[in-house]
Amino acid sequence: MYDELKGLGFTVITVAIDKSADDARPWIEAAKPTHPSLIDTTHVLADLYNVVNVPTILWIDERGRIVRPNDVAFGTDTFKHITGIQAATHLAALRAWVRGETTALPEARVRALQSLPTETDQQARAEFGLGEWLFNQGRVEAAARHFAKAGELAPHDFTIRRGTMPMRGIDPMGPQFREMLGAWVKAGNPYYRPLAE
Amino acid sequence: MAGTKFTVIDGGRAIDVDEADGIARATKAGASGRPVAIDREERAAYLGVSAAERAKALSSLEAPDFTLPDLDGRLHTLPAHRGKKVLLVAYASW
Repeated sequence: MYDELKGLGFTVITVAIDKSADDARPWIEAAKPTHPSLIDTTHVLADLYNVVNVPTILWIDERGRIVRPNDVAFGTDTFKHITGIQAATHLAALRAWVRGETTALPEARVRALQSLPTETDQQARAEFGLGEWLFNQGRVEAAARHFAKAGELAPHDFTIRRGTMPMRGIDPMGPQFREMLGAWVKAGNPYYRPLAE
Repeated sequence: MAGTKFTVIDGGRAIDVDEADGIARATKAGASGRPVAIDREERAAYLGVSAAERAKALSSLEAPDFTLPDLDGRLHTLPAHRGKKVLLVAYASW
C-alpha cells in the first residue's frame, strides 16, 4: 500500500509505543519499512495525541493539519475475527484521500470526533512518566506502584495498563491481560473504539 | 536534609536538584495546574502537561510536533514531512 502511494506526496510514519527499541526491533526488521519507523519509549506521542490503545491511526494533511482524528485501523485482517474491523475499509478510504479522489472530513467533524484528554488522564500520564523513569533506574518495585496508580486513574488507557505489563513482569498476551480485558468488556466497555464514520 | 539529591523530570528531561528545591518545583507546577507525580521515598517527581494545554493544541487541529528516534537512534520530526499527506500509525509489540 505504501509503495503504491508514496509517489503521490504521501508517507507513513509508524511509532512503536514500547519499553525499548529492542521490543520493537523484530517487528521493524521483519517489515523492512522504507518510511520512518520510530520508537516511543516515554509515551511522547501518547501524551501529545491522547493515544490510549494500539493500533491508533491519524491522517495529517500537507499543511500539518489533523484531518482524521484518532481511529482504529489494521493493515491486515489477521485480527478481524477478534476485532470485527476490516482492513480494507480504512485502506480504501486512505487510498482515495491520498489520490485526491475524496476530501477528508470537514474541520467541525474532526473536532466532533476527537477525544480530548481530561485532567485525570494527564495525571495518569504523569504517574506513568515517573514510573517509566524509575524503571529505567532499576527501581522496578517503585515503578510498578506508579504504573498501577496510572492504570487506576485511566482504566481506558491500555498504553498504560497493557503497555506497562512487560515492565511489571507480566505477559501482555497472558492470563492477566485476558482477565483485565474480560473485566473491562464485561463492564460494558469497548477495547477498541473505532470512529463511527 | 540539605544536599539530598532529588530528581525532577520536566519536559522529558531529568535534572538533579536539592530535595527542598525539587519539592518546591513540584509544588509550583501543581499550583499552576500541571499534573505532578511525586515519590518522596524515591526522591523523584514528574511534571506533566495539563489537560487544558493538550486539549487546546489538539482541538486547534494543528498536528502536534514530535521528535522521535528510529532503530538506529536517528531522530525524525513530523514537520520534516510538511507538504506530504501523512498516515501516522501508533502500534506496539504488546
